[in-house]
Amino acid sequence: MLGLLVWWQVYAHLELAAKLLTYDVFRLPVGAHLSSAVEFFVYEVPKVLMLLVLVVFGVGILRTYFTPEHTRRVLAGKREVVGNVLAASLGTVTPFCSCSAVPLFIGFLKSGVPLGVTFSFLIAAPMVNEVALVMLFGLFGPTVAGIYLASGLGIAILAGWTIGKLRMEGQVEPWVYEVEVGESIEEHPTWAQRVEAGRKAVPEIVGKVWLYVILGIAVGAGIHGFVPTGLMAQYLGAKAWWSVPIAVVLGVPMYSNAAGIVPVVQALLGKGAALGSSLAFMMSVIALSLPEMVILRKVLRPRLIATFIVVVALGIIAVGYLFNAILPSAGGN
Amino acid sequence: MKLQILGTGCAKCKTLTQNTESAVRELGVDASIEKVEDIAAIMKFGVMSTPALVVDGKVAFSGKVASSEEIKGILEGAK
Repeated sequence: MLGLLVWWQVYAHLELAAKLLTYDVFRLPVGAHLSSAVEFFVYEVPKVLMLLVLVVFGVGILRTYFTPEHTRRVLAGKREVVGNVLAASLGTVTPFCSCSAVPLFIGFLKSGVPLGVTFSFLIAAPMVNEVALVMLFGLFGPTVAGIYLASGLGIAILAGWTIGKLRMEGQVEPWVYEVEVGESIEEHPTWAQRVEAGRKAVPEIVGKVWLYVILGIAVGAGIHGFVPTGLMAQYLGAKAWWSVPIAVVLGVPMYSNAAGIVPVVQALLGKGAALGSSLAFMMSVIALSLPEMVILRKVLRPRLIATFIVVVALGIIAVGYLFNAILPSAGGN
Repeated sequence: MKLQILGTGCAKCKTLTQNTESAVRELGVDASIEKVEDIAAIMKFGVMSTPALVVDGKVAFSGKVASSEEIKGILEGAK
């Protein structure tokens, strides 16, 4: 409680502190490019890091309620549509690591979660990521963060629903249906243990991504203070129809976590790439990764993997075109 | 005491193995540590998120990398 109060006090005074530091401590001239870049940097770095700490802490606590066992119980036997919506939403908060994609997949299917609903979960889990959400919110504001959240959920729901409609149960490796799944234990942690889990998540996650955050903001500061060159506008601008598919195709072989890709998105936007194309690139990198496909090959036949890639890629392309059309000049600074 | 670490060989599983080894060493208990990497064997324990620690055939926890201190507590309780 006290911690939250201190957090809020510091957070509320960041903008003032950044101004003091830039103009009174560093004595930079008001109105110069360099001053505005420095002010942006010294304000944004603590702001985004503080938001990240708070969100990671909160999500860490939340995740103790949404264990995979709990999610599976909620989803078992659910009809399509409702199941897809629930699965995508739960995918955003259930702790997930691509290394346990296979046991999770088997555990879901064997307890009666429909194939398409399972896919909604598997697509949403890496695609909608709290670190990416905080970074987009901090660097581009609530609109871009909201678009990312809504379109990520939308793709997971629709792609999972489509895979369900295609009736591809026969494309799951037959041994999956024969595996014996033991009874799971459900843990019921105390409130203190939940808070402890949140507290442990902070150094674990923030410790991994802080460098990318600073890097991203440094790039942003450079763009903020100096004139963007518009280099990318020609290739990834809203007017070039091929920009969205190219962004998606480029993103598939690239494998990065969400925190590492946001600085790249910022650079793309700053150089004149369109918002839809940039988001499509980012989603393609984090949602369609070759290592995960290799892992999933153990349980899925190639045809189902190919369908999965195509359906998700089409969803991302649709999102890219949609936002290029309605927000052609959004993003950038 | 028979300890089994369930995991498909990711980085987290290796950390958990190391933490378990040091917990066993520091407590000086007589325990065997076995790594279980086969998916079907992992599923038999009802575990969906790896890594997990199994003590004498019972799942102690899953989906997290416990510190060696936490593991010591679990091992003391299981003695």
